[in-house]
Amino acid sequence: MALVTDTPQQQDSGRKVRGSASRNRARNGGPRVGSHIFLLILVIYFITPIWWLTVASTKDTAGLFGGSGGPLWFDSEFHFFSNLQGLFERQDGIYWRWLGNSFLYAISGGVGATILAVLAGYGFAKYNFRGRGAFFGILLGAVMVPLTALVIPTFVLLSSAGLVNTIWAVILPSLLSPFGVYLMRVFAQEAVPDELLDAARIDGAGEIRTFFQIALPLLRPAIVTVLLLSVVGTWNNFFLPLAVLSDPLLLPVTVGLNGWQALSNAGSGGEALWNLITTGAFISIIPLIIAFLSLQKYWQGGLSLGSLK
Amino acid sequence: MATTTAPTSSHRAEAPHQVKHRPDRNYRRKQRWGWLFVAPFALIFLTFLILPLVYAFRMSLFTSTLATGNRFVGGDNYIKAFSDPIFLQGLGTVAKFALIMIPAQMLVALVAALVLDNLTTWASKFSRLMIFIPYAVPVVIGALMWGFLYSPRFGPASSIFGIFGLAAPEFLAQDNIFGSLVNIVTWQWAGYYMIIIYAALRGIDPGIYEAAVLDGASDRQIALRIKVPMISSSLVMVVIFALIGTLQFFTEPQVLRGVAQGAIPTSYTPNMYAFSLAFSYSQFNYASAISFALGIVVFVFSFFFLFLTRKQSGLK
Repeated sequence: MALVTDTPQQQDSGRKVRGSASRNRARNGGPRVGSHIFLLILVIYFITPIWWLTVASTKDTAGLFGGSGGPLWFDSEFHFFSNLQGLFERQDGIYWRWLGNSFLYAISGGVGATILAVLAGYGFAKYNFRGRGAFFGILLGAVMVPLTALVIPTFVLLSSAGLVNTIWAVILPSLLSPFGVYLMRVFAQEAVPDELLDAARIDGAGEIRTFFQIALPLLRPAIVTVLLLSVVGTWNNFFLPLAVLSDPLLLPVTVGLNGWQALSNAGSGGEALWNLITTGAFISIIPLIIAFLSLQKYWQGGLSLGSLK
Repeated sequence: MATTTAPTSSHRAEAPHQVKHRPDRNYRRKQRWGWLFVAPFALIFLTFLILPLVYAFRMSLFTSTLATGNRFVGGDNYIKAFSDPIFLQGLGTVAKFALIMIPAQMLVALVAALVLDNLTTWASKFSRLMIFIPYAVPVVIGALMWGFLYSPRFGPASSIFGIFGLAAPEFLAQDNIFGSLVNIVTWQWAGYYMIIIYAALRGIDPGIYEAAVLDGASDRQIALRIKVPMISSSLVMVVIFALIGTLQFFTEPQVLRGVAQGAIPTSYTPNMYAFSLAFSYSQFNYASAISFALGIVVFVFSFFFLFLTRKQSGLK
């Protein structure tokens, strides 16, 4: 690797190439000032709104409109805890109920979708059953069907089944994840060797035992990725709960906060809500950020699964 | 799959009555297992994808009025949709978004990924996470946040532009709302696409770069002539995601409608139009036709794009 040290191009740009034993790709000798400035600008752009939200969650309404620190810095008064108290008091703490609903929908929808995707992906990858090609072809087409185009017919179907305005109206459609099945099949094909499965069968393991003891551990990186993607998908979903839920007590936090914003914009004494919206929004983004930061070594590798053919 | 030739399994352990396995029976048994694994997903797939599609299609062929009840009208709703100026304008709007928003997201994501791929400092690792973080923010919350940031009453724009002695643009005015929405979506999704592209870049064999350096290639040449072509299948996939998302544009304009008084009509995008037809005017039949027509448009565009890029995508 270090053999290329003295090529003219490297000297032109004033960099020295160091060989890196662990990662052969490292051609990053000196500090790349231009690249780092570029990254700094990007980081500022991507992080400013979140910084703004963090700061805004510590202000009361007056501070939001014209506090001493301006929009991007803390006010002289610190109101985070009184805002939190406001969230507990407003409509008997309905905000926490919304947050709980979001967790319920995201976790049940996400875990359910992942279980279905693991089973189906493994089935597609490792069994040559009749109709496999046709079904998988339809599934690939379904990846391209816009799921929001299904919201209105799904609403009508659920309504005829009497399920509208129940938690099932959000959870059941969230179990559908054709892309998750696709990712899982691609991964299972690579990561679970047929020979290993055959060996387990020869040793007397049944199909279910082979799946749980041999295949499942090998599929773990893909499982974490599909789980994260489907949890995020359900947590983020706005159109579906907006359409199928009308009981305020069943709303997820996103739809609830959107309702507060509409209320505040309508005027008529709604101004008091701005500080609750910012604090509520701030609290609601913490769980997913923690999940992504703590699980990064899993999903970063997993996200490339679908693209590696 | 070598399943038929595999030695028959487990006859001692769990199926003593099936001692005489013939290969074809083993094969049949495995067929059944394949279907068993796929069945739970197939059930959800039928119930929440195929059935709504069929149902929407059927609904879109009828019209329902108080006077005449439910009446079969065939393709009339589709003729109405594709000659409905409101729907066509919505389609035009999302097409315009696709033409501007997708290249904007791709450019940010690709350049960021290429820069990050060349660096291995702690600063680059930190930057990578920070650029990705907006993906973890729910779309509604992102749109709410940007609504505040754009607001002349709350937002920092006036003080930031004030530093340069300029007046802040009115982000929420009719003329600027398009760009403001492009900015929100780019902020939200560029990091996610960047991570996918970055992961693909890390998968390239570094030996290729060494050969290129020996041949006298510059960093820029390596990036444009080697790295970009080698990750083209990931790029195609990312563009498809962005295309499907953009044509269904709903959440951001719906949320921003509240603060951008009058700049965003209820029929701004086809999805918003379908939503308001269904839930404000109870025109479920026509709303289904709009949804279905939009679904067809998205499918055709994605399929067409895949066809155009079939060499790059590696799909045949």
